[in-house]
Amino acid sequence: MIHLPHLAHLAIWQVLFPLLAAPLCLLLRSGRLAWLIATLASWASLAVSVLLLRTINCNGPLTYNLGGWPAPWGITYHVDALSAFVLLIVSAMAALVMPYAAKSVSREIDVENHRLFYALLLICQAGLLGIVVTGDAFNMYVFLELSSLSSYALIALGKRRRALTAAFQYLVMGTIGATFILIGIGLLYSLTGTLNIQDLAVRIALIPTSAVGHRTLITAFAFLTVGFSLKLALFPLHLWLPNAYTYAPSVVTTFLAATATKVAVYMLLRFSFSILGSRFVFEQLTLGKIMLLPSLAAIIIASLVAIFQYDIKRMLAYSSIAQIGYMTLGISLNSHTGLMAGILHMFNHALMKGALFMVMGAVSYRVGSVYLNDFRGLGRRMPWTMAAFVIGGLSLMGVPLTAGFISKWFLIEAALETGWWSITAVILLGSLLAVIYIWRVVETAYFNPLQEIEDDEHTEAPASLLIPLWILIGANIYFGIDTSVPVDMASWAASALLEGTMR
Amino acid sequence: MDSIPMNVSGHFNYWVAIFLMMTGFYVVISRGNLIKKLIGLNLFSTSVFILYISLGKIHGATAPIASETFHLYSNPLPHVLILTAIVVGVATTAVGLALTARIYEQYGTIEEDEIRIKDESL
Repeated sequence: MIHLPHLAHLAIWQVLFPLLAAPLCLLLRSGRLAWLIATLASWASLAVSVLLLRTINCNGPLTYNLGGWPAPWGITYHVDALSAFVLLIVSAMAALVMPYAAKSVSREIDVENHRLFYALLLICQAGLLGIVVTGDAFNMYVFLELSSLSSYALIALGKRRRALTAAFQYLVMGTIGATFILIGIGLLYSLTGTLNIQDLAVRIALIPTSAVGHRTLITAFAFLTVGFSLKLALFPLHLWLPNAYTYAPSVVTTFLAATATKVAVYMLLRFSFSILGSRFVFEQLTLGKIMLLPSLAAIIIASLVAIFQYDIKRMLAYSSIAQIGYMTLGISLNSHTGLMAGILHMFNHALMKGALFMVMGAVSYRVGSVYLNDFRGLGRRMPWTMAAFVIGGLSLMGVPLTAGFISKWFLIEAALETGWWSITAVILLGSLLAVIYIWRVVETAYFNPLQEIEDDEHTEAPASLLIPLWILIGANIYFGIDTSVPVDMASWAASALLEGTMR
Repeated sequence: MDSIPMNVSGHFNYWVAIFLMMTGFYVVISRGNLIKKLIGLNLFSTSVFILYISLGKIHGATAPIASETFHLYSNPLPHVLILTAIVVGVATTAVGLALTARIYEQYGTIEEDEIRIKDESL
């Protein structure tokens, strides 16, 4: 790779593209033009994250000092293996969701709100990318609130009035979570006098376990863990998620389900491993034991609840809670394989849940709602959409030759390494429960033909919905067969995290 | 032996912050009225501002002004951080109030249990 002096600026452009495009959308009168700008900005941001990934692959981690202020004083942006990987997930999903949005949004949101919608979606994207790219703890909090506030507003744009109460509930729980994170960051600052993540790591390592400050550190970690668990919807703290995902517009659900919780997992990883260090977190604060039980409970209980849902979007939302359980389970196993499986599942879950929620958007575009009854006969009327649902569902179950299989495989390998057979049993049970809830929909769509057929009314979804959907489905199959790229990335990120450095 | 009362009064700001934090948290959980919930949420996040500001304050110190007469300075960084956090808090309250107004338009009430009854009756 050619070494360009401008390459360091990539880190800031990652955030700037969507952040600058958002006010531009607001200034424009036409929703159509706003969509065009949003799409171009999200593609530009995808190009930047691909370039960033290539750059750090060749030259190692990249640091960018904002305004030229050197590291501990100014805000730095820092991109390492893990952040480049998560950046790619977020910007790739945004780049696919934007073209999809054109038709879906025109059906679900009033015309005069279109430009506001795209502006909010871009701000949300900028916030999520900012969380990942920044190397400053307080800056991370600001970006977190930026993305959260815009997602509350986006969820409230849903057609049904319950979207409003769902958004309010999310606002209350999200703000409590963010405030907990703010307290945690404040305590870390009071202990070290720095907010730079690398500097924090160096100074915290110097605190002896017997010192008074050690107690502050444990308190800070407790606040941070609860805050992140709220944001990533770890099992007992997941209550905001089902309503928010069910009543939000289809595009919003697709984007948030594929990215927002992953970024929260990223924050948990960054604080636990890069700042506090894996040995401290696992040996003294027993993060593994704290996370293990909620993760297992999430896999079983959320999957069981999903089986009894009649609103399919809500069913997939509960399934998301279960899948987040797989990610935190991987982290809690405290091994290289476990951590790698967790990171890999962030990527694979974005692929499969993104695709499945896009199917929901296509069905609601044609049929109007996504209750189980609405799926009757859709196997014949919307063959491409339902075929995509079947493949996405297979990936969710973890059938071989799909992306879902790969992350489950590494997760089971990690569980076997620890020698706890019961964990392996829970992982397999979770997959079996996924078979049940996906099968309910497949059975209704293919083996339950609708009596009266209005031929011209329910036909295949338009191409602008199908193409992004099938790109994701293609990725599900491709990364199930040729696993080298995501597995190498996840493995590299996991080793870097376990070394406790941001390399 | 006078170290304990000194400790308690020296930590006065922190006691206030913790008291406000718990009060706000309790209001958020226990009240069903959406506006009261928002007030609780505000109290909760404002207490964290006090926590931050107290961290930067040094007794008898001034603002960091380069001068011959002053030698003890308070740390301005937590104060600056809190300016940002206040803006975030204002934005959160604004979004929350806007949502409450929309909920009132749609449901005709802002009591959580009445909203639940209206949703279930559909």
